[in-house]
Amino acid sequence: MLPEFEYHRPASLEEAVRLLSELGPDAKVIAGGTDLVVKMRAGLVSPRHVVDLSRLTEIRFIRDEGDRLKIGAGTTLWEIENSREVARGVPVLREAVEEMASWHVKTTATIGGNLCNASPAADAAPPLMVHDATLVVVGPEGRREVPIGEFFTGPGQTVLGVGEILAEVVVPKMRRGQGAAFEKLTVREGALSIASAAALVEISGGRFVDARVALGAVAPTPIRALKVERALKGRPATREILRSASREAKADIKPITDVRGSREYREEMSVVLVRRALERAVERAGGAWA
Amino acid sequence: MRAGGGGIVVRFTLNGREVEVTTRPNATLLDLLRNELKILSVRRGCETGECGMCTVLVDGLPVRSCLMLAPQVDGRSVTTVEGVGDPERLHPVQEAFVEAGAVQCGFCTPAMVLTAKALLDRDPNPDERTVKEAILGVLCRCTGYAKIVRAVRLAAERVAGGVRE
Ligand SMILES: Cc1cc2nc3c(=O)[nH]c(=O)nc-3n(C[C@H](O)[C@H](O)[C@H](O)COP(=O)(O)OP(=O)(O)OC[C@H]3O[C@@H](n4cnc5c(N)ncnc54)[C@H](O)[C@@H]3O)c2cc1C
Ligand code: FES
Ligand code: FES
Repeated sequence: MLPEFEYHRPASLEEAVRLLSELGPDAKVIAGGTDLVVKMRAGLVSPRHVVDLSRLTEIRFIRDEGDRLKIGAGTTLWEIENSREVARGVPVLREAVEEMASWHVKTTATIGGNLCNASPAADAAPPLMVHDATLVVVGPEGRREVPIGEFFTGPGQTVLGVGEILAEVVVPKMRRGQGAAFEKLTVREGALSIASAAALVEISGGRFVDARVALGAVAPTPIRALKVERALKGRPATREILRSASREAKADIKPITDVRGSREYREEMSVVLVRRALERAVERAGGAWA
Repeated sequence: MRAGGGGIVVRFTLNGREVEVTTRPNATLLDLLRNELKILSVRRGCETGECGMCTVLVDGLPVRSCLMLAPQVDGRSVTTVEGVGDPERLHPVQEAFVEAGAVQCGFCTPAMVLTAKALLDRDPNPDERTVKEAILGVLCRCTGYAKIVRAVRLAAERVAGGVRE
């Protein structure tokens, strides 16, 4: 049995926000529970109140809005994996979700839970970072938008204040000329990342007109690899330039040693994962090596 | 709705029957099924989401019952292996597990059968890779999986061949 708590099931997002601000910091929301229940059982968190968002259809949707996709925070990973809109508009997110956990976990686990749990290894984060996604947060003060790059503040920490709920993720879709890919290093399929990398490139006239790279599990939060990006932007799209830019990843990250891997291993593998993700992204962008 | 340390009433469909149970809000679905309803085919394994022994179907899809709170199934439909075939009339998946010798100690079998049924309900003709991906969330310490994969594909042939619903 889990530690005791009071259970609340608000009927709307508005009610959930009101409830959370009344209950204060002793309350936690639950969506799929695949992170929260594990942590409660381990005694890492013991909320006095648990507020269930798993029935809120208001935050469970995938909407195509022309040049962007809106994904409700309560959408399950299984729904994302099977969405044609996601496969077409944000294929790199689908690729990452496909490699997460197992079917049994993904039927209840949500994208909002993955982000709000704020694990450095959250696999949905790097793809959303290279897409420059925006997170829509609702709270007692109303609604605000947070660029995903500003959302994570440390392991398990986000900018969410008391009473605030992540409502949706707004993702600009891939455009023609762009290509993206995700690479994950893990001990076995469905396990947490030892390190991961997502890349999105845009190539025109044989040059990288845009290059975005993000990594997971190699810093206190998922991060953008700005030095790698700088070493690519505006330069010819050659394998040599791509290779030397990938080596900059070591300077972008701050890995630790834990049960899944050592700092040194993560450093070396980050370079490899970034290179592989970039190479596949270039091929998907039309394969126009200069 | 709101419920505290005392009790909470959960109404849901279990294997096609309406049930109403009073449980504690901090009970997981696994606790509810095993402790209150005495359904012991739902195994208590790791209780951290890793092993899949606690698998049940909620609205037809496999979930970890150890990670779901009991009140979260209110109004939903839960299937355990008791709701799949019966001893006189086995489900094609169960028949195939017997025939292919896909059962050794049997600890993982309810979870495997439920997963296979959920898979075949949405994809009647899965290839080997799809079967392996579906059962990846359920650990088997005995069989080495080969016979389980064979059983699921055998069941698929029978279901697709219209042998029996
Ligand atoms: C066996 C197993 C394998 C896994 N494999 C992977 C993997 O490969 N990659 C990976 O990244 N993760 C993995 N996970 C972790 C987990 O499944 C995911 O992070 C999942 O997406 C969490 O979603 P959830 O809905 O279950 O979150 P919950 O557990 O319900 O919530 C997680 C946290 O977020 C908060 N929260 C949830 N929704 C909101 C919201 N809308 N607004 C504000 N706060 C919110 C909760 O209060 C809690 O603190 C795995 C877990 C298990 C058990
Ligand atoms: S007991 Fe639920 S996954 Fe192991
Ligand atoms: S048959 Fe023993 S665990 Fe699978």
